[in-house]
Amino acid sequence: MPRITVTVDGIAYEEDVEPRLLLVHLLREKLGKTGTPVGCDTSNCGACTVMLDGASVKSCSVLAVQADGCDVVTIEGLGVNGSMHPMQRAFHEEHALQCGYCTPGMVMAAIDLLRDDPEPSEEAIRQGLEGNLCRCTGYCNIVKAVRRGAQEMGRTVSAP
Amino acid sequence: MTVEQEIGRPRRRKEDARLLTGRTRWTDNLSRAGMLHVMFLRSPMAHARITRVDVSGARELPGVVAAFSGQDFAAEQGSLPCAWPVSEDIVIPDHPPMAVSEVRYVGEAVACVVATDRYRAADALEAIDVEYDPLPAVLDMTEALMDGSPKVHEAGNRAFHVKIESGDVKAAFRDAPVVIDRTYVQQRLIPSAMEPRAVLADTDGDSFTMWSATQIPHILRVMLAVVTGIPEHKIRVIAPDVGGGFGSKLQVTAEEVLCLLLARKLGRPVKWTESRSEGNLTVHHGRDQIQHIRLAADADGRLRGLQVDLLADMGAYLMLVTPGIPMLGASMFNGIYKMDAYEFGCTGVFTTKMPTDAYRGAGRPEATFAIERVMDELAAELRMDPVEVRRRNWIRHDEFPYTTISGLTYDSGNYEAATDRALALFGYDKLRAEQADRRDRGDPVQLGIGVSTYTEMCGLAPSRMLGEARYAAGGWEHASVRMLPTGKVEVVTGTSPHGQGHVTAWSQIVADALGVPFEDVTVLHGDTAIAHKGMDTYGSRSLAVGAIAVVKACDKVREKARKLAAHLLECSPDDLEFEGGAFQVRGTDQRRTIQELAYASFTAHDVPDGVEARLDSDATFDPENYSFPHGTHLCAAEVDTETGMVRIRSYVAVDDVGTVVNPLIVEGQVHGGIAQGIAQALFEEAVYDAEGNLLTTTMADYLLPSAADLPDFQLDRTESPATSNPLGVKGVGETGTIASTPAVVNAVVDALRPRGIHDIQMPCTPERVWRSLEGERR
Repeated sequence: MPRITVTVDGIAYEEDVEPRLLLVHLLREKLGKTGTPVGCDTSNCGACTVMLDGASVKSCSVLAVQADGCDVVTIEGLGVNGSMHPMQRAFHEEHALQCGYCTPGMVMAAIDLLRDDPEPSEEAIRQGLEGNLCRCTGYCNIVKAVRRGAQEMGRTVSAP
Repeated sequence: MTVEQEIGRPRRRKEDARLLTGRTRWTDNLSRAGMLHVMFLRSPMAHARITRVDVSGARELPGVVAAFSGQDFAAEQGSLPCAWPVSEDIVIPDHPPMAVSEVRYVGEAVACVVATDRYRAADALEAIDVEYDPLPAVLDMTEALMDGSPKVHEAGNRAFHVKIESGDVKAAFRDAPVVIDRTYVQQRLIPSAMEPRAVLADTDGDSFTMWSATQIPHILRVMLAVVTGIPEHKIRVIAPDVGGGFGSKLQVTAEEVLCLLLARKLGRPVKWTESRSEGNLTVHHGRDQIQHIRLAADADGRLRGLQVDLLADMGAYLMLVTPGIPMLGASMFNGIYKMDAYEFGCTGVFTTKMPTDAYRGAGRPEATFAIERVMDELAAELRMDPVEVRRRNWIRHDEFPYTTISGLTYDSGNYEAATDRALALFGYDKLRAEQADRRDRGDPVQLGIGVSTYTEMCGLAPSRMLGEARYAAGGWEHASVRMLPTGKVEVVTGTSPHGQGHVTAWSQIVADALGVPFEDVTVLHGDTAIAHKGMDTYGSRSLAVGAIAVVKACDKVREKARKLAAHLLECSPDDLEFEGGAFQVRGTDQRRTIQELAYASFTAHDVPDGVEARLDSDATFDPENYSFPHGTHLCAAEVDTETGMVRIRSYVAVDDVGTVVNPLIVEGQVHGGIAQGIAQALFEEAVYDAEGNLLTTTMADYLLPSAADLPDFQLDRTESPATSNPLGVKGVGETGTIASTPAVVNAVVDALRPRGIHDIQMPCTPERVWRSLEGERR
């Protein structure tokens, strides 16, 4: 079995993996990182979205061996020193989650969306989150949360 | 001391932190020492005799611990339950959790593998050999009822027939100036909760614990005992974090029963997690009715009578409440309208498809769609405004309580207020003017305006009424309120939330009832060993029934505390007033807080003789009536007559859900409900081919709307408190879904009506809209 080294949420792991093992199963079943859920098997729902070397990927569509030498950030690694990331806080403030199953992927996709467009319009947010499905919220509050999160993140960046 | 009232505050949810940071307890996250993984081999045939199953090849593969066929479970697996035999003559076929001799839908389990991990289990499924002797598929309900049709079950394809009549229907239709006669098809839907189902079963050799992604841990426990014969007190069911349900997890599933039996056979913990494709095939489906509607009216639009004749697709078996779903709509086809006569007939039909069962609204969206669509047809026939024809027929606010033609008594409501507010927010007159202008100009993009003035019966349910409807259980709910020695409060609820925010809302309710801080309340749920009694969460019942049990338990806590306070303060209980969380002797500054009294009951140093040393209390609440949320939804849709594309331009919803405990949660429920209703109108359909194969097994084929497909919704509320419970709450879980489907389809049809179109089959996809227009152009 190939041996890979991968950093997940700041911790380096060395694992022997089957070549067919999906990244999401590496995270969930080998590393105990169950914060990233699986919602489908055709990469439509986006629930399993994580950051791979700084860009969002659907971890059900990446093989663990492809993450060899990479840096993975999951929903569990977003907060700093026990406090939530501004996007997580925005989702809380705007009631942008109900059952919460899509939330980890939605938050990761939202953060990724802001890399290209730090002040997205409603239209841009809706288009940008097209690959992440939510069955509870009707997306209204998710859109509000992403806008709020963008403002908070902008403030954090521009703060002296 | 004044304390801000908690009920009505937009509290941010206590549930969120865990869900936002990935510290979740989804069933698939859970692991037990020595745990094995189960996978099921499923039938590729819609209907066939099983002539041979050979699992020996699977057993030899590395990592495989066991493999079984249906025959291996035959002696112990029982039959999956149907708890709602809606008629005397109902046919309830045997429903083995794993098929033994015959399969009746694609996806039915025929064998399973238990292995050390899910990859090994998947490999081993390939090594199982099954031979089938094909039988004819039965897919079309009308054909299924014809003489000589192939049979799904030996007893035939008719599961039941029910007829209800109220008033003189013949007289209502005789010489009626207008009769509208329509047939609508409620397409089959896949509920698609984001969390796929998962089950983990473990045993210590004597008793069993099951974790399941279920809405109904309490009902599941009873049913597992009934089905398997394992004594009820030896089964504990836990619903950990559950990622949405929408009715799809209101079920006792084959996989739950089989995992329990596997844990017993192997003496080890076993877990099964479905893939989405497996779930689309085998999570029960929703809707699927053919509705024949006839409406009789006078020339001025006044309704005379309504006839409803339904064919309801049961699928291959009757599951937990399969036959009850169309019956939940039986009293709702008359909607908010007064009329002289009503007739309802429903035939349940077996087909070789996945069984149907509860999906958000369950029977009521179907009924509401039919009446709200046909009211628009009546308006068009009479060249009246669709709002005006509704206004002429609805129950006026000064007529409540009102007993409808179908026999329900609506306790409260104000249809005028909700509609007037919605029309104003929507800018109705201006949009009508724009519509007229686009029609005059022959604009290729036409504007349609759809209205839906819905009500629903929810808060399931008064046990007596459920008994009359032949449902096998009651509709009460239970709660316990425990006062901890430090003055904190532990609430145990029999409801089983999976996204609804009960922990937050119940905390608000208890904070008001006991005068304690919101932060000092915790709410436990979803574990039969902790919440020993419960009827779980579905049918918009949790607030209107479950939270009322919490209120009643708080009442008892206060009464016990009052007696203790009177003793400690040496006064009569009648001399005490309770405010701001303390009992105070009237006209003095002598007081004891509820927290002090909780501590006093804990030490029990000075408790009066004959008084139990605890404030903790239980209550069971059984509502006297359903609750009846209502509202007016308006949709403006742009329909491109060249491409068939429908775009929702604006959507206004004014709902009356009675008292609002947490407006943030209510708005969230309405948003999500509207989205699901729009999804039925425009996007979603479970499609079977002519051989009975499901074609929409993935999220690439079954189109859930994304953020890019939906507009923002503009919400407002009116408030007519329910009179059937002390909080005045009505429930909000299903309103949006019930209201929005007809509002959207009415808008699409309204846009195209000048082109001679008076119906488009859901989902109104660009292709369907375009083809309808082509049909008219020819």
